[in-house]
Amino acid sequence: MSEKSKLIQGRTGPWEIVLGLEIHAQVASNSKLFSGAAVGFGAGPNEQVALVDAAMPGMLPVINRHCVEQAVRAGLGLNAQINLWSRFDRKNYFYPDLPQGYQISQFKDPIVGEGIVEVERDDGTTFIVGVERLHLEQDAGKSIHDLDPNFTYVDLNRAGTALMEIVSKPDMRSSDEAASYVKKIRTILRYLGACDGDMEKGNLRADVNVSVRRPGAELGTRCEIKNVNSYRYIQQAIEYEARRQIEILEDGGSIHQETRLFDPTKIETRSMRSKEEAHDYRYFPDPDLLPLVLDPAWVQSIKDSLPELPDPKRKRFESQYGLSHYDAGVLVADQARAAFYEQAAAGRDAKLVANWTVNNLLGRLAENGGDIENSPIPPEDIAGLVKLIEDGVISSKIAKEVFDHMWAGEGTPAQVVEKFGLVQITDTGAIEASIDKIMAANPDKVEAAKERPQALGWFVGQVMRDTGGKANPAAVNEILKAKLGL
Amino acid sequence: MSDLTKLTLKAALAGLKARDFSSVDITKAHIEAIEQARGLNAYVLETPDKALAMAAESDARLARGEGGALEGAPLGIKDLFCTDGVRSTAASKILGNFVPAYESTVTSQLWRDGGVMLGKLNLDEFAMGSSNETSAFGPVINPWRRDGSDAALTPGGSSGGSAAATAADLCLAATATDTGGSIRQPAAFTGTVGIKPTYGRCSRWGIIAFASSLDQAGPIAKTVEDAAIMLRSMSGHDVKDSTSLPVEVPDFASYVGKSVKGLRIGVPKEYRIDGMPAEIEKLWADGIAWLKDAGCEIVEVSLPHTKYALPAYYIVAPAEASSNLARYDGMRYGLRAGGPSLTDVYEESRAQGFGEEVKRRILIGTYVLSAGYYDAYYLKAQKVRRRIADDFDQAWQTCDALLTPTAPSAAFALGEQSDDPIAMYLNDIFTVTTNLAGLPGLSLPAGRDAQGLPLGLQLIGRALDEGTLFSLAGALEKAAGFTAKADRWW
Repeated sequence: MSEKSKLIQGRTGPWEIVLGLEIHAQVASNSKLFSGAAVGFGAGPNEQVALVDAAMPGMLPVINRHCVEQAVRAGLGLNAQINLWSRFDRKNYFYPDLPQGYQISQFKDPIVGEGIVEVERDDGTTFIVGVERLHLEQDAGKSIHDLDPNFTYVDLNRAGTALMEIVSKPDMRSSDEAASYVKKIRTILRYLGACDGDMEKGNLRADVNVSVRRPGAELGTRCEIKNVNSYRYIQQAIEYEARRQIEILEDGGSIHQETRLFDPTKIETRSMRSKEEAHDYRYFPDPDLLPLVLDPAWVQSIKDSLPELPDPKRKRFESQYGLSHYDAGVLVADQARAAFYEQAAAGRDAKLVANWTVNNLLGRLAENGGDIENSPIPPEDIAGLVKLIEDGVISSKIAKEVFDHMWAGEGTPAQVVEKFGLVQITDTGAIEASIDKIMAANPDKVEAAKERPQALGWFVGQVMRDTGGKANPAAVNEILKAKLGL
Repeated sequence: MSDLTKLTLKAALAGLKARDFSSVDITKAHIEAIEQARGLNAYVLETPDKALAMAAESDARLARGEGGALEGAPLGIKDLFCTDGVRSTAASKILGNFVPAYESTVTSQLWRDGGVMLGKLNLDEFAMGSSNETSAFGPVINPWRRDGSDAALTPGGSSGGSAAATAADLCLAATATDTGGSIRQPAAFTGTVGIKPTYGRCSRWGIIAFASSLDQAGPIAKTVEDAAIMLRSMSGHDVKDSTSLPVEVPDFASYVGKSVKGLRIGVPKEYRIDGMPAEIEKLWADGIAWLKDAGCEIVEVSLPHTKYALPAYYIVAPAEASSNLARYDGMRYGLRAGGPSLTDVYEESRAQGFGEEVKRRILIGTYVLSAGYYDAYYLKAQKVRRRIADDFDQAWQTCDALLTPTAPSAAFALGEQSDDPIAMYLNDIFTVTTNLAGLPGLSLPAGRDAQGLPLGLQLIGRALDEGTLFSLAGALEKAAGFTAKADRWW
């Protein structure tokens, strides 16, 4: 995507969107950030609440080592500075789903500092997004307003769950870039096992800061759109918000810094509170907790235990398997896909395996709304299919048919070929008979082919049709040429 | 049997172990004494049934030759400690009839060691006060009166109930807490011994928070050795409190009676404040002389930032309190008041539930943490705090402990200072510094003023060096020979 095409055309000229994101990722952990209460989906209301989560008098938070480790892993995965000294602060505000009356967060001294993320656009080009910081904080509970006309119900199961807030620099210039960035962060976190990335459950969501400016001008005033939890909504919210701001500016107005909400049914953003109405959170260091001091050796041991991350894996796929940048990118976008691919590619034509995995299998899965973990075809069957092609047992065309049967659960590639008689005909006798028959029926074509060898293709097609696609195309060509004296 | 209440904790434990009397005997004696002393308003909740059941269990253990360090000893518990199944209020209306489903670490350790709970003791609301007058249950009355007067005096605060109950023999010893002087000033006002140990010595888990970085539990007892016995049971590392110190607990009582010869005692010149009563000046001088006689070397030291301690304290403590008390919102427990909207419920519950002093501190704390004021107040106060700790570190170069008065006056009359927050806050002038620096401070009775009221001396020690304080306090206790008890008028 060129720089120019990212600009939005207004009535009075082009505008540039400037985007910064705050991603809230729930830390993959069995227990909460400061309590032993279980974290999980599907428990009944208020069943996963420790005394400290409910802010009972005299209860104290104790940091969960596992959550700290996950934050460090995430920081390392974002190529970021790990701060060996960090601290928790209290963010004070009143709300019924915030039992303590404050959220424990990291304000001034976060556990992770600046980092760098390389993001791929859909067209395969890349751009860089700076990470400002990553910090740990507690999630709030859930207020349920629609169970009763007069009362709000509160479920504290989520209260105290560990979140990582990843704050980007304002380095994105289009809604596509923002979505690509979130995808990349999600991929990295999933690789690390630091967050399951389940956006439907709200385990990964983003606050989007949107401003617009004339190309090359100073940054404009931003509005923050809270809690957007799908790629599509992120894009829609940005598109709407940018247009809204441009219209105001082109009408001679100015943007007021504020917090806005995205309404996915109306596809619009609405004002939530202005800067003047913003809370004074009265941050101060939480006196119940000591500063978080990390042992450099411990950080190093975490670093040593990190899995291969998507960027190096992609480079390896390109060099080791000779894959295109695009195919490698598709395969490493998800750790399970990459593992599937590597399992299938072992000892096989790696590029062919990539074609079958990316174009056929992933394509078919996507049509059905699934991904590799839902694949009805195991990696060894993709390998088996490719082997049949390599061995000349089936043609690529037949392979598509075999694939359909495999998808339908009708057996391994070998079983399918056997069952449906799809073995490629390499028996020259059978092929000769077919060619003779076709030549006899089409003497004019025979003459034409002798004049113009390009017409050979017509005979190949006829033979393939006659043999139900099973004839080995190489053998057909060879015999035809001999018979036509070419 | 009522003379069993006159025993020291140490003597009672010996008698229990020797089976001279049973835990049920001594518990009953205390229950009776408590009933007769309701006019003192020391207990906000009496738990006689629980006490007798615990005493019977203690007797069973004693009969088997078993039993812990406090086996069978009836104790009072400041109502800031959450007690499982027993109403815990912080003397605030906002907690209403809150009954915790958990036991504070400190009290659970007392029960582990065989202690018997007599009930919950009165205090200033959320431990905010120096006279016990901010309690939702009304003030505690000091068992001590001025000679020839029956004016009701304050027992001090916030642990007024703990101090009065101990002084009036309504328990063998009591738990207390100290955020700016709340153990030591009441101990001084009632002729009892109180120690605020090093911050982190006792777990804060299950103690209703006032100011987390300053709050510390400790005992109020009849003698120095009793305080040492109590503190040993109350102390210890607790993984549930991140600020609790992972250190061994010494046998504090073994330090009482140890020679103090050669110890260097610092006398901080900044603690000689204008307008201090001559009797307190004299008591201080007596204390210096007694320690000199015991072989200590007296050195003058300077704690130059002392004058900033009280202002810094009244920024840090309210700041933390304003946040700690945000949980009392009428949503999950305690008082809920107000109308249909969320804001109504918040405002009305908190307006009705909190008393004036608590509200004042929430307002101060909210103000000093606000955007634009944080640096000037909270951050500055933290810097002062650091300087005060540095002052002490400097002092430890030349001395092993400090000797000061505990409070700038003897017990005052109820109502005397309650209209003047500043005068009230000045009660903490000698005690807040140790809270700000996290150091141990001990108060013991060392004399009486002209009107016969007890006066206290304070010893301040190095972090985790309570042992030295107990040795010095033992020496002072012996030299002062303070044995007076309040004449029983109740």
